[in-house]
Amino acid sequence: MGDQLTSTGLKPADFASSQEVRWCPGCGDYAILKAVRKTMADVGASLENTLVISGIGCAARFPYYMATYGFHTIHGRAPTIASGAMLANPDLDVWIITGDGDALAIGGNHFIHMLRRNFNCQILLFNNEIYGLTKGQYSPTSRENTRSPSTPMGSIDTPLSAAHVALGAGARFVARAVDTQQKQLVDILTKAYQHKGTSFVEIFQNCIVYNDGVFDPFTDKKNVADHQIYIEHEKPMIFGANADQGLMVDAGFHLKPTKLDGDTRALIHDETNRSLAFMLAEQSPPDGPMVMGVLYQNPDEIYQTRVKEQIKTAQSNNKRSINDALRDGTTWSVK
Amino acid sequence: MTDMAKSQPASSTTATNDGSMETAIVRIAGDSGDGVQLVGGRFSINSALAGNDLVTFPDFPAEIRAPTGSIYGVSAYQLHFGGRNIKTIGDHVDVLVAFNPAALKTNLALLAKGGILILDSSGFSATNLRKAGYKTSPLEDKSLDGYQLMQLDIGKMTMLATTPFGLTKKQALRCKNFFALGLLFWLFDRDRSKTAVWIKDKFAKNPEIGDANVAAMNAGHSHGETIELAGDLSKIHVPTFKMEPGLYRAITGADAMAYGLATAAELSNRQLVLASYPITPSSNILHKLANMKELGVVTFQAEDEIAAVGAALGASYAGALGVTASSGPGVALKMEMIGLAVATELPLIIINSQRAGPSTGLPTKTEQSDLYQSVFGRNGDAPLPVLAARSPGDSFYCAIEAARLAQKYMTPVILLTDGFINNTSEPWSIPDIGDLARIEVPNRTDPTDYKPYERDEKTLARAWAIPGTPGLEHRIGGLERDALTGAVSYDPANHQKMSELRAQKTANIAFDIGELTVDQGDENGDLVVVGWGSTYGPISRAVTTMRAKGYAVSHVHLRHIFPFPANQCELLSRFKRILVPEMNMGQLITLMKAMDCPAATGLTKLEGQPFLVSELEVAILDAIKEVKNG
Repeated sequence: MGDQLTSTGLKPADFASSQEVRWCPGCGDYAILKAVRKTMADVGASLENTLVISGIGCAARFPYYMATYGFHTIHGRAPTIASGAMLANPDLDVWIITGDGDALAIGGNHFIHMLRRNFNCQILLFNNEIYGLTKGQYSPTSRENTRSPSTPMGSIDTPLSAAHVALGAGARFVARAVDTQQKQLVDILTKAYQHKGTSFVEIFQNCIVYNDGVFDPFTDKKNVADHQIYIEHEKPMIFGANADQGLMVDAGFHLKPTKLDGDTRALIHDETNRSLAFMLAEQSPPDGPMVMGVLYQNPDEIYQTRVKEQIKTAQSNNKRSINDALRDGTTWSVK
Repeated sequence: MTDMAKSQPASSTTATNDGSMETAIVRIAGDSGDGVQLVGGRFSINSALAGNDLVTFPDFPAEIRAPTGSIYGVSAYQLHFGGRNIKTIGDHVDVLVAFNPAALKTNLALLAKGGILILDSSGFSATNLRKAGYKTSPLEDKSLDGYQLMQLDIGKMTMLATTPFGLTKKQALRCKNFFALGLLFWLFDRDRSKTAVWIKDKFAKNPEIGDANVAAMNAGHSHGETIELAGDLSKIHVPTFKMEPGLYRAITGADAMAYGLATAAELSNRQLVLASYPITPSSNILHKLANMKELGVVTFQAEDEIAAVGAALGASYAGALGVTASSGPGVALKMEMIGLAVATELPLIIINSQRAGPSTGLPTKTEQSDLYQSVFGRNGDAPLPVLAARSPGDSFYCAIEAARLAQKYMTPVILLTDGFINNTSEPWSIPDIGDLARIEVPNRTDPTDYKPYERDEKTLARAWAIPGTPGLEHRIGGLERDALTGAVSYDPANHQKMSELRAQKTANIAFDIGELTVDQGDENGDLVVVGWGSTYGPISRAVTTMRAKGYAVSHVHLRHIFPFPANQCELLSRFKRILVPEMNMGQLITLMKAMDCPAATGLTKLEGQPFLVSELEVAILDAIKEVKNG
């Protein structure tokens, strides 16, 4: 959204609907739900102006658990309905909830066009690298050789990188977070809310039933320090249990983790540098740390404003009524 | 291009001895770059100002930039005008103007025997003859002997007439179309002063081009007078038609639809949001509304058909009048979303400009074969009202009716039109918006006891509660929901109840659309011809003709395809026989059987072209003979 933070006095619990939450026990979605409710309370969102829209999938049940307006739509199409709602009411505070299948397979087209248009809203992609609701088939983000009911000998497609797709599509805010790292997640969701334009947040979400532990190499407690980095604008990109590793660009223009000592300093993050953002999204264990935080943020005019401006311009050039319009061009009278 | 008539008609609307014709059909054909659409449009306006009723039809090539002189690059414009109510583009052509051999080849079959054929000999080069597939020149091989042939070197005469204006040869030759228009103005004894004003206005930035076009038009007119003196051809008098008093304009179906949607939004006091993906022959509706931003109209060119209907539904959800316009293949893609609109009970208008199918079919050719798709084309039991526009002007009122039903009953509505209606134009009596009934469906704002699926007792519609309204926060979606609270429900009895409610809500609309009445003729008799959509014109004309000959035939034309008006089957049962002409394999007749209407006989045509009046007259005669023979 990007509006001033004003308190509505609502607490996280006030954003909970009366519906019983029905995800599998231990599902990462619980943690995300908690973080979103807390973010909404923190930023002073109102119930009536908040609209949560989802497609189909486990993540897509999200709106039912919110006390705001909510629309559980059809597979992959949440961005389309969100776009229309924002065309009708540019001031709605819209959160799109999607998953790796919903956003990157069946809804891939809408996902990229949503990002390039830059409507003012948030897209939260719950990436668990698997199809949960349909019982465990591999997804567009599943790693090669993923064995699943539909790929008994292992998947053979190259996985998509959500952040790369988003950056390539022209997204103006690209961030990453982990479901269970609450403080970090709320922090990033708050930044996403504050950014004016389409804010894309990829959340690594553990599917405890069909893909448990797939993110352990960087989310497991023992791995976080050395295999995950949380970056912030204009701050050096440092990680490691002893804060002694940093991301550096080498002579061949590769971004690489480097051991820091007196002479070697880590690169300072510039979130407005899109090329850097691509390189940050490229990092992954075991060669480098998984990068969390705001990879890229570079605001531009939002779609809603552009639509309004065109109408305003047309009206200042040619103020007329529908009756006038009907009488356009050559007319003649029959007595 | 057209191969409308496979065989030449037996007789023309021949001029009477005093050189007058009740109606005349003129067709101008040439290369895409010859400007036939431009002068065709001017001839239409001129005819309207001269007091004729008329129907026009631009016949574009499917190719965007076909090579000059090629068969598939021919563009034509047809105008039927005269001293009576004109309902069709005409079965055959009385006057054909052809600028090159390809235009002659593709259009000659339409020209009535003995009709006037004006050929620009400057276009009949050896190369162009070869491109059109002529082995010998039709100008010389006597193959055109059955027509009143006027061959003239329009190119050369236009060059001469435009000499004073210092144009290049290419620029000068581009004035040929106005030379031809001047000649037609002479032939039908028209005043050309307003056209001259229009030309100068159009070319205000290049006054020498404007002057040259006016000079070419005047030269064409003068040439007509020379022909007359030589006794080769006489002027044709076409009487005027007394139309209902009012202010008129020419309007195409696509423009009327766009105006109708904008008007419906105004009458509903709602924002219009049109979301579409480009597709032939629907795109003109998007273009027209995109140019109506000064009226506050929002248009959205989506990334695909699904996104278009999704955005339209999202707009309605947030309180706007959401509309998507497409054609059959695009509507096929939208169907899952239309099902969501049925399930969530939100207003939505889906306009289908039908074209010949299946699949890509004949994108530029007309057909009315998406009735099954509209009524039956969704997963699950997903009823919704379906309407069909019958003419360009009717599209305006159908758009308003679709908006009324969509909002009053909180339902998606499919509005059918077709490529023919979208592109044809006719004089249209311009309404005053202040005279039209307002559409009063307010948003709910009262939070007391709000239940998202509580229904109005009469319409069975739920309340329209839009995001942004304090106290009405609720969740909706595609999962089956409790009949009152809207909470997700897998309860078997609830699903049965909701399915019945959805069916009943749609069925109730039958009692809110007026009784079906006879469009022409008596309320009983030997035969009733039942039509829907763009067959209106040909059926109406054929019934008029046959009634004048004393046959007891009537015409009934449906606007509401689903549900049918409550009295439909009863009304049709008063006739001994029912004939249903359709540009499909018999889709309405199937629906009529399913709805227990009396048995009917179908007449199908799938040639990508409208019915000819003569085809319908034959069918009517055959049907009446069968009645007489018992």
